[in-house]
Amino acid sequence: MEAEIKASAPGLGGRNWLRLGSMREAGLIAIMLALCLAMTFASPHFLTWGNFRAMLMSFSIEGIVVVGMTILLIVGGIDLSVGSVVCFSMVVSGALFLMGLDPWTASLIGIGASALIGAVMGFFVTVIGLNHFITSLAAMVIVRGLCLVITKGTPLSLFTLPPGFKAIGQGSFGNVPYVIVIFVVVVAIFDFLLRRATAFRKVFYTGSNEKAAQFSGIKTKQVKFWVTVLCSTLAGFAGVIYMSRFGAATPTFGAGMELNIIAAAVIGGASLNGGSGTIFGAILGMALLSVVTSSLILLDVSVYWQDMIKGCILLAAVSIDHFLHRRKS
Amino acid sequence: MLDRTGRVRAPSTRAISSISTLQGDGVTAAAILEIRDISKSFGAIKALTGVDFTLQRGEIHALCGENGAGKSTLMNIIAGIVQPDEGAIRLEGKNVTITSPSAAQRLGIGLVHQEIALCQDATVAENILMAAINNRRAPLMNFRRLYADAQKIMDLLAPIPVETPVADLSISNQQLVEIAKALTLECRVLMLDEPTAALTETEAQRLFAIVRDLKARGISIIYISHRMAEIFSLCDRVTVFRDGRYVATDPIASVTPNDVVRKMVGREITRLYPQKLSPERRTDRPVLSVENLSYRQGSAGVGFTLRAGEILGIGGLIGAGRSEMVQTVCGLCPKVSGSVELNGEPVSIRTYSDAVRAGLVYLSEDRKASGLFLDLSVASNISALDLRKLTTPLGLLDRRAEAKQATDLVERHGVRMGGIETQVSTLSGGNQQKVAIARLLSVGPKVVILDEPTRGVDVGAKVEIHRLLRDLAERGVGVIVISSELPELIGLSDRVLVIREGAIVGELGADELTEEAIMLLASGVRQQRSNARQVQNVA
Repeated sequence: MEAEIKASAPGLGGRNWLRLGSMREAGLIAIMLALCLAMTFASPHFLTWGNFRAMLMSFSIEGIVVVGMTILLIVGGIDLSVGSVVCFSMVVSGALFLMGLDPWTASLIGIGASALIGAVMGFFVTVIGLNHFITSLAAMVIVRGLCLVITKGTPLSLFTLPPGFKAIGQGSFGNVPYVIVIFVVVVAIFDFLLRRATAFRKVFYTGSNEKAAQFSGIKTKQVKFWVTVLCSTLAGFAGVIYMSRFGAATPTFGAGMELNIIAAAVIGGASLNGGSGTIFGAILGMALLSVVTSSLILLDVSVYWQDMIKGCILLAAVSIDHFLHRRKS
Repeated sequence: MLDRTGRVRAPSTRAISSISTLQGDGVTAAAILEIRDISKSFGAIKALTGVDFTLQRGEIHALCGENGAGKSTLMNIIAGIVQPDEGAIRLEGKNVTITSPSAAQRLGIGLVHQEIALCQDATVAENILMAAINNRRAPLMNFRRLYADAQKIMDLLAPIPVETPVADLSISNQQLVEIAKALTLECRVLMLDEPTAALTETEAQRLFAIVRDLKARGISIIYISHRMAEIFSLCDRVTVFRDGRYVATDPIASVTPNDVVRKMVGREITRLYPQKLSPERRTDRPVLSVENLSYRQGSAGVGFTLRAGEILGIGGLIGAGRSEMVQTVCGLCPKVSGSVELNGEPVSIRTYSDAVRAGLVYLSEDRKASGLFLDLSVASNISALDLRKLTTPLGLLDRRAEAKQATDLVERHGVRMGGIETQVSTLSGGNQQKVAIARLLSVGPKVVILDEPTRGVDVGAKVEIHRLLRDLAERGVGVIVISSELPELIGLSDRVLVIREGAIVGELGADELTEEAIMLLASGVRQQRSNARQVQNVA
């Protein structure tokens, strides 16, 4: 993992037009390397492929959701409903499969249904004019309710899923699970697009100053709508992978996931005011949280402490960022 | 100010007139505030280097300098917001250390910031007496008394009901609330930082009357402004700063506006405004024709023509519908009816993208709120208007083309900065504005419409922007300028349209442009073009 980070860091140097982002990423990498180094001495189990694979697995699927959330944060939005949408996608696909649909079609419909939820939220945000926070808070509760209605409150057991479908979540290329491969591909594509594609540049313009973007002829409502849809779609995609991995669809799955995801994106440098953030940074934020969790487990720290420590890390990261920004100006 | 019993003490003149003893070490009796040898650095940047400044009792003293000259830093030092590294401040002959804004308030020093910073949802009274409410010991608010006390202070300035939420007031009345806020505290020294920046001419005149009235009450006033006309009509003396250093102090009667500008920029600016279009080069070829444009439901249509080579000014009071009119032309506001022709060809403009594609671009008046992406780089700010041009067939941004375009434009227009990757928020106002204009020019426009193109820009950059606009006009680009600053409108335009209540009420040619003529039309005293001529003769 260390090697992987080192290898991808230089790609962000040079002409990156969001220099602050790369500064932030360098800092995160430094903190993580220090933590990894300390842990290597503290625990013999830390620096093993098994442990790193476990860590990667633990945040790979959530990492896909982080990608969408980061883009949404950059445009100036936020989505509290991602946990519910992940579950919704799982439950819809699972229920359709149990009704006799083949799992691939069922999954596509599940992802489509998630996108539809994004579209409804996007409608309320751009046409009605509500803000993202309230809209997605309502959606979080409503969609969770839908999951309970569809499943009648009991988990759907999907052990009859064909092996070909289960392989997405459970199989691997030799030593590397497919899940990790999917995660790396999604991150690579969106990180590249976000930095290079013209369409995503409009996301930065809209998030940085919506009024100025409008005065530059950018259709900011369209931009916000589609980013909202993208975020929900990626959450739906993650839900389908979870279904494949667990072979079950639990109506309470993903509760509280949104907080972890927003925390990761913010630690990685995304601003809640919009206009800045990188996917690479957000994934580093996610990785940092994961390394910390893993370390706490290896050091035999009680599970009850973990949330508290993660919360403190979030607070520290945001404070440091605020301090750096203030000193700059 | 509320004392412990919650009662407000109205500003008394007692404190103002009581102390005027002559001090030994060279302090004159008339000086109320003396700044000696003040220096202040922020990191590596020296904001002030050993500056002196003396404010006489009961005078209005203008403080001039380009942006970055150190005016605001000095104001902030006097108001206790920042601490000087060296130097002394004497108030009424006594050395004082002003450690905080509340310490400044206790000493009777009030600062009215350039930007209005009021709690929009709170009432006028709550805003005026905010400091007093904050210091109040009683656990509950006494609104009846609060309103009564605030009204007493507000009435010194204007009859604004203090129960009104600030958000319901016009900008000029909000400005007065800001002044009232500084006045509450037995004010001896009042500092006004560009108080007319957001005001129209009439509103500004009302403010001047109030400032003169405060002076008559014995309050000494430091007045910061970029506008020479108001400095010369209002102030008694003028002090100029340049690059953080003191340059000179003169009685206003013994200098000319040109002297002051020369001292500010440190070099002779021979022409404040570029040469206008000479009569023999005038053509009747229209670049932009707007006909029967109606942008308010039920309002009569307006029409105007912009001719090749000229700069067309648009004047009028704020709220008269100037911005609305041009925004409608550009497809930024919905239009009810009307047609637009560019170089004789009719064009259909429904959205702003249509306008940009046709070659019609608009610069909004508020640089920070709606003009620039402050936290993005110079290059990406310039690219925003036409991303399509910089997009490869695969939908990716061609960064080499982006960098080349940005470099070309910033070099041609003399933007001073570290590089095209510099964050725009770190540039000075003038350079920010040039970046905003460079963005318009990135699409090779046929017509540029600029709304308040030099607001908050220092004199040097202002001259450069004016030249740039004249160059554009000479190269055949149509230029329309909206400005609330009458000298700019008159100095820059070849022709001026005056707007009132959404309608064009007059047109003034280069030879009939005077402040009076524009104001009479804008305020509705005169309606017709023929009348404007008479007015000019009277003036």
